[in-house]
Amino acid sequence: MSAASAAVAINTFREAVRDRVLYNLVVFALLMIGAAVLVGQVSIGIDRLVIVNLGLSAISAIGLVMAVFIGVGLVYKEIEKRTLYSLLARPIRRSEFLVGKYAGLLLTLLVNTAFMTLALAAALYYVGRPFVASDVSILVAVYFILLELALVTALALFFSCFSSPMLSALLTLAMYVTGVFSSDIREFGALTHRPTIEFVARVLYYLVPNFHDFNQIGRAAHGDRLPLSLVGQNTAYAALYASVVLLAASAVFSRRNLK
Amino acid sequence: MSVPAIEIENLTKDYPVGFWRKRMHRSLDHLSLEVEQGEVLGFLGPNGAGKTTTLKLLMGLIFPTAGTARIQGRSIDDVAMHRDIGYLPEQPYFYDYLTARELLDYYARFSGYPARERRERVARFLDLVGLASAADVQLRKFSKGMLQRAGIAQAILHDPQVVFFDEPMSGLDPIGRREVRDIILDLRRQGRTIFFSTHILSDAEMLCDRVAVLVGGKLQGVGAPGDIVSIEVQAMEILFELPAGRELPPELATQATKTGARYRIEVPEGELYPSLARLSNMGGKVLSVSPVRPTLEDYFLRLVGRGAPPTHSLEVVTR
Repeated sequence: MSAASAAVAINTFREAVRDRVLYNLVVFALLMIGAAVLVGQVSIGIDRLVIVNLGLSAISAIGLVMAVFIGVGLVYKEIEKRTLYSLLARPIRRSEFLVGKYAGLLLTLLVNTAFMTLALAAALYYVGRPFVASDVSILVAVYFILLELALVTALALFFSCFSSPMLSALLTLAMYVTGVFSSDIREFGALTHRPTIEFVARVLYYLVPNFHDFNQIGRAAHGDRLPLSLVGQNTAYAALYASVVLLAASAVFSRRNLK
Repeated sequence: MSVPAIEIENLTKDYPVGFWRKRMHRSLDHLSLEVEQGEVLGFLGPNGAGKTTTLKLLMGLIFPTAGTARIQGRSIDDVAMHRDIGYLPEQPYFYDYLTARELLDYYARFSGYPARERRERVARFLDLVGLASAADVQLRKFSKGMLQRAGIAQAILHDPQVVFFDEPMSGLDPIGRREVRDIILDLRRQGRTIFFSTHILSDAEMLCDRVAVLVGGKLQGVGAPGDIVSIEVQAMEILFELPAGRELPPELATQATKTGARYRIEVPEGELYPSLARLSNMGGKVLSVSPVRPTLEDYFLRLVGRGAPPTHSLEVVTR
């Protein structure tokens, strides 16, 4: 990342902090405290399962909301408020600006997720459960959530390069939902035995990001070990897909006339 | 011979308009203009004349339909060229969650200054624009005038060779305007090239080596403010006093205005000496005689009114 992109990234992170985006951590902490107290009383023996399930789901959901709703405003706000004018008069390429905005939001999501993971660990500690080696799978599941958020952020940034925040949010969410069920869509196409539908389902399967493999919350909650090959596969997939989306965003944004 | 600081050749910008965006509106029409190194050029025109469009094209914020431009001999598409330029947008709006110091530090990062030099520069330029006491106040608490000062500071923070100001006096009180004028004059003394758009003609008259007048997206003329003002002498103004008890003859009284004991009268240039002789015969004391010339404001209104370029006393650029 260039020095110009890094400057934009730090500023984007600072904006999120000053706009009190990280206040969501308080909500998450309260949720974890409530869950730990309640689960300790009602679910003997399955407290880990419930807390990890609840915690990881909340980390994913809160991260998703942040990625979509901050992501769609990243570029739009700079154009709308014309803060971009004096910035682009500096020696910075539009693609560097986009990379900076993207990295800034990822940094925000990373810090946010790290704090939520700590709160989850604290809740597990509160219910008196000792940490074991298989708990690494919880961290791997959190890492997959981060990869998922990196993909969603790239999509939100891409849409925000040419459409309004509302439309960008809708398109990003639509892509996310389709991506979660992409395997089902392909199987549905195959079941119809109609070549056209089968073809459309297959195109959709390859076009939208496949979020299915990123969701390992259930396995982590059950203490299953997550294979290293899956880590490599998900990392490579997210890096490649996000890079392609960012390149597309850069191509669109570099030609755009700012109003 | 050094290259011109700014070279604009046939720069044209069309915008799609209407619901289907099929009709095109020409916002800038084949603008050709050169600005020499160290020159202060006032870019004049009423609102909607195409001044901001020109600046946005030069800054690479929008892309031309036709034509090219170079700054310091380098294409406006060249990102490295932006190291040598500063830009104050019209009605600037900055990140309101930052303090003035943080804002300038942010912009200084793009010029690659190390942290220590950034700190020193930021403090110096905050002081220069009169924001030293508000350095650590968030911009959301700034008045319009203070934002304008912060905008000027960010535009010149990195010692650019060419500075573009879009309506730099906008939103400033008289003291602020004078301070901005002083900053521009100081930059001029340092040999910087300044291209500033304005619709306040007195600022242009005071600061510019040359002015370029843009109306309806078309360049109407380029010339020294003095050249434009001295297009023609409209009349001669005589300021005089009469001895106590003397009154002006009725044919002169209808043309004269009286303020206290003083009279002011405008006569055609050819009638100046006969008029002075008459006043002398009446025992009048002539205080001053001066030519009445159209101001830039008059010139400007005339251009807007008739929509045609004047062809005399102006260097009309046609390429």
